[in-house]
Amino acid sequence: MAAITLRINGSERKVDVAPETPLLWVLRDTLELTGTKFGCGVGLCGACTVHVDGAPVRSCSTPVSQAAAKNITTIEGLTAKGLHPLQQAWIEEQVPQCGYCQTGQIMAAAALLAKNPQPSDDQITQAMSGNLCRCGTYDRIRRAIHRAGGAR
Amino acid sequence: MSPLSRRDFLTAGVAAGAGLVIGFYLPHRSSIARNAFAPNAYLKITPDGKITIVVARSEMGQGVRTSLPMILAEELEADWKQITVEQAGASTLYGDQTTGGSASVRTTWDPMRKAGAAAREMLIAAAALEWGVPRSGCKAENSVVVHAASNRRLTYGQLASKAGAQPIPTDVPLKQAKDYQIVGKPLPRLDVPSKVDGKAEFGIDFRLPGMKYAVLARCAVIGGKVTSFDDKESKKISGVGFVGKVGDSAVVVVADSVWSALEGRRVLNVQWDEGPNKDLNSAAIFESLKKSASGKVVSLYSTGDVSKASGRRIAAEYQLPLMAHAAMEPGNCTAHFRGSSCELWAPTQVPQDVRDSVAQAIGLDPDQVKVNVTLMGGGFGRRLEHDYGVEAALVSKGANAPVKVLWTREDDMRNSTYRPASYHQLGAVLDGQGWPVAFTHRIVAPSISGQKGMPTPNGVDPDLPDEAALIYSFPAAKLEYVMTETPVPLGWMRSVYALQTGFASESFIDELAAEAKKDPFEYRMHLLSKDEDIKYFDTVWHTARMRGVLQLAAEKAEWGKPLPAGHCQGIACFGCFSTYMAEVVEISMEGDQPHIHRVVAVMDCGQVVNPNILEQQIKGGVIYALTNALRAQITIKQGRVVQGNFDDYAPIRMNEAPLIEAYSVPSTEAPTGAGEPPVPPLAPALCNAIFAATKRRIRALPILS
Repeated sequence: MAAITLRINGSERKVDVAPETPLLWVLRDTLELTGTKFGCGVGLCGACTVHVDGAPVRSCSTPVSQAAAKNITTIEGLTAKGLHPLQQAWIEEQVPQCGYCQTGQIMAAAALLAKNPQPSDDQITQAMSGNLCRCGTYDRIRRAIHRAGGAR
Repeated sequence: MSPLSRRDFLTAGVAAGAGLVIGFYLPHRSSIARNAFAPNAYLKITPDGKITIVVARSEMGQGVRTSLPMILAEELEADWKQITVEQAGASTLYGDQTTGGSASVRTTWDPMRKAGAAAREMLIAAAALEWGVPRSGCKAENSVVVHAASNRRLTYGQLASKAGAQPIPTDVPLKQAKDYQIVGKPLPRLDVPSKVDGKAEFGIDFRLPGMKYAVLARCAVIGGKVTSFDDKESKKISGVGFVGKVGDSAVVVVADSVWSALEGRRVLNVQWDEGPNKDLNSAAIFESLKKSASGKVVSLYSTGDVSKASGRRIAAEYQLPLMAHAAMEPGNCTAHFRGSSCELWAPTQVPQDVRDSVAQAIGLDPDQVKVNVTLMGGGFGRRLEHDYGVEAALVSKGANAPVKVLWTREDDMRNSTYRPASYHQLGAVLDGQGWPVAFTHRIVAPSISGQKGMPTPNGVDPDLPDEAALIYSFPAAKLEYVMTETPVPLGWMRSVYALQTGFASESFIDELAAEAKKDPFEYRMHLLSKDEDIKYFDTVWHTARMRGVLQLAAEKAEWGKPLPAGHCQGIACFGCFSTYMAEVVEISMEGDQPHIHRVVAVMDCGQVVNPNILEQQIKGGVIYALTNALRAQITIKQGRVVQGNFDDYAPIRMNEAPLIEAYSVPSTEAPTGAGEPPVPPLAPALCNAIFAATKRRIRALPILS
């Protein structure tokens, strides 16, 4: 066990966990931030996507020690207040079905838009193909990203 | 539709002033008789104007928490914004609470409408009484009763308590489709806002104070059992507490966190008795199916005399592999055993089965077990099993603590229940013009229900009637079934047997069209050209409606028109869960692999309740089916499931998702299933497109094996 200080959603949080613990389980079990989901445990599905210093990261495969002293953003802290334009677009385009993967999808899309505010179809495909959705919401995800990017 | 009767409703004994409460019954399947009136849904209107619908249908993405209240709100003349939905937990007081079989809308359409209409009439009666006017002068709209002549109005909230004292009417007029204000509108789903900000609480997110986390070590070989275990290394992991046997086939590691439990399991030493299946492999499973084809044959459907048909004989064999549901939320359940009671928080499609199975496993009465139903991260049939719940209850009892049992992705892939592998023999006799004068299909597959010890009346799996219909006018046809056995655990997976029967029969129809040198769309239309009602078990299928979806699919896909160079189309149609579906798939070949450009999917499910949700179901069903067709395959080697995660069981991602266009045929017929019917036509339409491009006929899935 080790005392680790994390900067999550703008606040400092101290946790006492084994340093190799994946960030995912620290977020979910220790800090009760359950909007970040467990899907595969090995970085294949993207349900656990969070931002570490702005980059989309698979929290299930990131040891918590590697995230110390970095800025971690989860779905709960995507905006300081209100809805992110992507969340608004997700509602307007009625994207979620079961909804389980959607927080990870939104985090992946937010990282894309932060770099590239008006991505093309190809750029969306490239950025989003690491995130699985078994309900098959891909076309509405694409529309919502375009909408949030102001293209529609 | 039958008139209202006392058997349809029940006023709950409500304390004076509490408002209007109507209990009613939502059947799961029309074929299941009910013995006594036991409501499993409630409509409550409280004096604060809130309208609550308590409904025992689980939300797993299919939108029931929006579509079902829409049906009721339409007849209630309710302000949609005042409606909230509450999930009912398992109760012995309730009737059947299963969610599955694409049944939620089709079986609740009448009772939901009747309950809404009855409440509406009670509210109108209460207002008429209050004003001392004839009720014929009163009208309900937007959660208000209005007396136009005197320009008076009372809200549903103001009327609720008085309405609750009114007798339940038995002869209530239902609205005409042309007057619908809510049904048929693409209303936003009520659950969407909570699903974009992380607030939606799925089973995996639920927590109790002092809750422990548990993972189980299970034998890699199907049916294997624990001989002994050594937990010395596990106990060295910080946070690991209880380690113990669960039943005779698993060892659980309970810890303060998921990670500690996983680490504890990683170093756990278990000796296994691999049991009788340690040499089982996929090749043997298919050999056994083929051998069984000449076994005990049961007739599912027969018309004319196929033995008398003469002409050119065509035959083909098809086979489909085991498949896994692979819902995004892995299996989990939270349980708190408290000695004389046990409470569970379960992402489940079958709360009552969970309750009864838990009660039996831990030695309580069903009344001592309470099951709360959580949101589900997908179901696709996997959560029709009670295994997670029973494990959680046993572990909570063993560890004497509230516990969440969690399955990893590998646990889920390797210890699941699977869509059964199947083998199909098809035959036809073609006349001089190439039209079939006889058609035969023998389905060889194990029975999912049979394996679980459920009834299989007359040797027929109870799901086959909904999932193996043959909706063409053949002069002679025979559909047969051979029920086999397998040690592989079986489960119902989205569209269940319809995926198998649809793939085999719709691919074979394409073979016949090719033999006859006729266009496969025109060929099907010819076989449907006679207006005919085909009775198949409890369902009467209409050739005209199948023609309708085929025609619209061909039109929208521009069937027969010139395509971009290298592009080819394939078509298929199938009916299941009382719904008609046709799909056209457009591909080009890249080497020996299809690149799928476009799918046109057309559904006739009667009256559409919510086009927004229906589009999700159709497009999502196509994506799900595409994974099934291209890659989904569970293989068995030395008794073990080979696949483990999303690398070797790889669902379609955005980069492979084609353009999908979803259409429905306008209809005011009673609504039928929507969640599963989009699945079956996809694989045959895709393989038929591959044939059009390559003249190579694919008779076994997956395509990319």
